[in-house]
Formats: sequence, structure tokens, C-alpha cells
Amino acid sequence: MIRLTLDGEALVLPEGTSVAAALAASGDDHARSDLAGRPRAPFCGMGICQECRVCIDGRRRLACQTLIREGMEVERTR
Amino acid sequence: MIGAGIVGASCAHALALAGLSVRVVDAGLPAATSAGMGHLVSLDGSAAELALCSDSLARWRALAPSLPASGAYHRCGTLWLAENEDDLATADDKRAALAMAGIGSELITPTRLAALEPLLRPGLSGALRVESDAILYAPRVADWLLECVGITLERAQVTALEDQQVRLADGRRLGARVIVLAAGLQAGALLEGLPIEAKKGHLLVTDRYPGRVSHQLVELGYGASAHAGQGTSVAFNLQARPTGQLLIGSTRQFDTLDPRVEPALLARMLERARGYLPALGAINAIRAWTGFRAATPDGLPIIGRHPEREGLWLALGHEGLGVTTAPSTAALIRAGVLGEHPPLDPSPYRFERFRASAPADGQR
Repeated sequence: MIRLTLDGEALVLPEGTSVAAALAASGDDHARSDLAGRPRAPFCGMGICQECRVCIDGRRRLACQTLIREGMEVERTR
Repeated sequence: MIGAGIVGASCAHALALAGLSVRVVDAGLPAATSAGMGHLVSLDGSAAELALCSDSLARWRALAPSLPASGAYHRCGTLWLAENEDDLATADDKRAALAMAGIGSELITPTRLAALEPLLRPGLSGALRVESDAILYAPRVADWLLECVGITLERAQVTALEDQQVRLADGRRLGARVIVLAAGLQAGALLEGLPIEAKKGHLLVTDRYPGRVSHQLVELGYGASAHAGQGTSVAFNLQARPTGQLLIGSTRQFDTLDPRVEPALLARMLERARGYLPALGAINAIRAWTGFRAATPDGLPIIGRHPEREGLWLALGHEGLGVTTAPSTAALIRAGVLGEHPPLDPSPYRFERFRASAPADGQR
């Protein structure tokens, strides 16, 4: 099992899980907010739509194209 | 009015405000207004180019308080970046030229530059700061200009220009005392002999990173790239959009109408941008696309009456400056159509300038 944090909350999930799946597993699948503050969530799941932009260890990444790693820090972007 | 881009919309708006009944016909094809950067910038490739920019920027400033928030008008100013002493000399020439046109600007030191834009790489020689330059979101502004009493917008494709009427793809004909052709590159399909060709450009936009950059940043070599008559060129141009996204350009290519993004050229453009702004290497791009500028041989737009066709007016060929110069284009068209005194000398923009030289060189 892999341990990571999502907005500071600890999550423990199986190896091979994508960050997008980790968002869903947390119970709140939103990845970021639009300019009006409305939540946006993973949509295409294949790296095209750019809806699932999150901050991973300080860098913007696509949640659907990134696998979780031990100690990873994921933050939803605002 | 054929064409609802920023130029057609501005002309329609000006003519409607003058009391004319304006029907705008637009096919909804991909066009420069929706692809471009939306910069309002003073270029001085020639006295006529600068005169048009200067007059037009003043018109944009006057219009700014009326624009909707979604038009995203923002007077961010431009920093023309100098890499060396030669660039500084170019910057000073530009300062003098802008001053002649009534546009204030100042040379700033490397220290001041670093304070204004901390993400720029160290070692630049300084910059020319033009505070009156701005940016806006041209597709929305064009739509807003068309929401004016006296204008009707029709989504239809014009397939032929006839005497004081146009034929539409569905077979209908629409007649008008005055027809303005403001269809950019598409105009070539409606009128033979227009000296316009496509210059392809790439743009890339990043995720939102608010507060990182505040001015429009342009390398001083941009003018040379923008005015080059052939070949492929890349010049650094970056805007911080009001959303916090960074919009990065620019490339210029002739002899292609292929809209695909070309990774090798996009990479060259981004390497150039990173050379000025190293922090770009660590941020996330979300989209890249291309567009085509409608360029004339001398880099100036064609604005004015067609010399032979009754009732036909031309407002096209604005290349990369259509957003900047749309309001003055519209003012020239309005003055011409109504027989009023023009706001600036219209002769450098007339179509006849290409006709006059044709017999002399015997080429066309």
C-alpha cells in the first residue's frame, strides 16, 4: 500500500492507483476550481481535457496521468 | 459587412453609430480574431503603421470604460526587452519614434526591470516600457461590438461578391449600397487579385499562475520578426492574461495552410521564451494552437474603397495587428463611406498602392 496526502489528509491506497482515482477514493473527486470558484473534476481520463490539474509535490500535473507514490503530496488547485 | 472578426465588428459598430443599417454576414470559419493574442501594442515598422497604432490605441482607451468585463481589457503596458547594447539602441530609436506619435515610453535600467518583473532572467540590458499598451479578449469584444442597435448578424457564407450584392451559400442574394469586405484571409476567395498571404503562427497557454508576470513582455527583435518578408521566425512575446494564465508566442511561417501544431517549431518558440523567463520550465501548459495572419507585401492593412467595384470597400490584411488597429480602420471606413474628413491620412492604406506598382515591375 502507498501512503500519500491530499490537501494534508492522509490516504492509503494500492500501488498502481492514479491520482485521479485517489481523488475519487477520498470521497470528493474535485481536482480544482474554475475562475468562479466552481469545482471541476477529472473528465476525459486520458490527458487531453486538462480538467484534472492538481498540484503534486509543488508542480502542476494531470491527476489522470500520474500514479501515486509513497509520500506524495497532492493539493487541489484553486 | 462580410466578416464578424474584430475588424468587421468594429466597422459595423462605427457605421451603425453613424445611423446606417448594417447587416453583418459571417461564415463562422476559423479566423485570426479567435486565434490571436489580443494585444494592443504600438508597432513602428513604418510611419504609417505607427500612425494607425497611435490613433487606434487612443480609441481603445476611450472605449475601455464601456467594454464588458468579459472583454478583459487590461492596460498592462509593454516591456520591450533588451538583451544587449544594440537592443538598447533599438529601444531608444523606438522611444523617439513613439514620442513623435505622441506615445510616451521610457528606457528602464536592468535593476528597475528586475524589480518590475522578477522572473526575467538576470543579465538583461534593460527595457523600453510603454505604459499605454494593453490587452483584451478579442472574440468577446467583437461580439460585444456587434450587440449594437442597427446591426443584424447573419451566420451565412458569402460565396460571391457581385455589384452591390452578395450571393450566399444557400442561393439567396443580399443587396447593399455599401459592401465592406472584412473577411481577412477568406477575402481572397471572394475577390481576385488581393495581395494577401497567410502567415502561420503558434500560441501556447499555461495553467493559471496569478501574479507571476504583470506586463506584456516582448523581445526587441519582435519587430524584425513581425516584419520579415519570408522564412520562418520565432520571437518572444508573453502576456499575463487576467485569469493568471500566461499566453506565449510567437512564430511566423509562410507558404503553409496546414493548421497542425508543429512540435519542433513550438519547441523553438518555448525555448526562446524560457531564455527570457527561466521559470517557464517548471510550469504547466494546457493548450497550444495555431492561426493564420492575413499579411500584405508591405505589412500595412488595406483600408478604403475598391478602385473599380462600385460600392465595395476593403478592410483587411491586418496581419498581427488587427485587434490593435480595428478602431482606426473602422474610423477610416466610416469617414470614407460617409464622405467625412478622415481622422488620419488614409493614403498609405489604400488598395491602389499595390495597383500603381504592378505595371512598373511587370510581375503581376
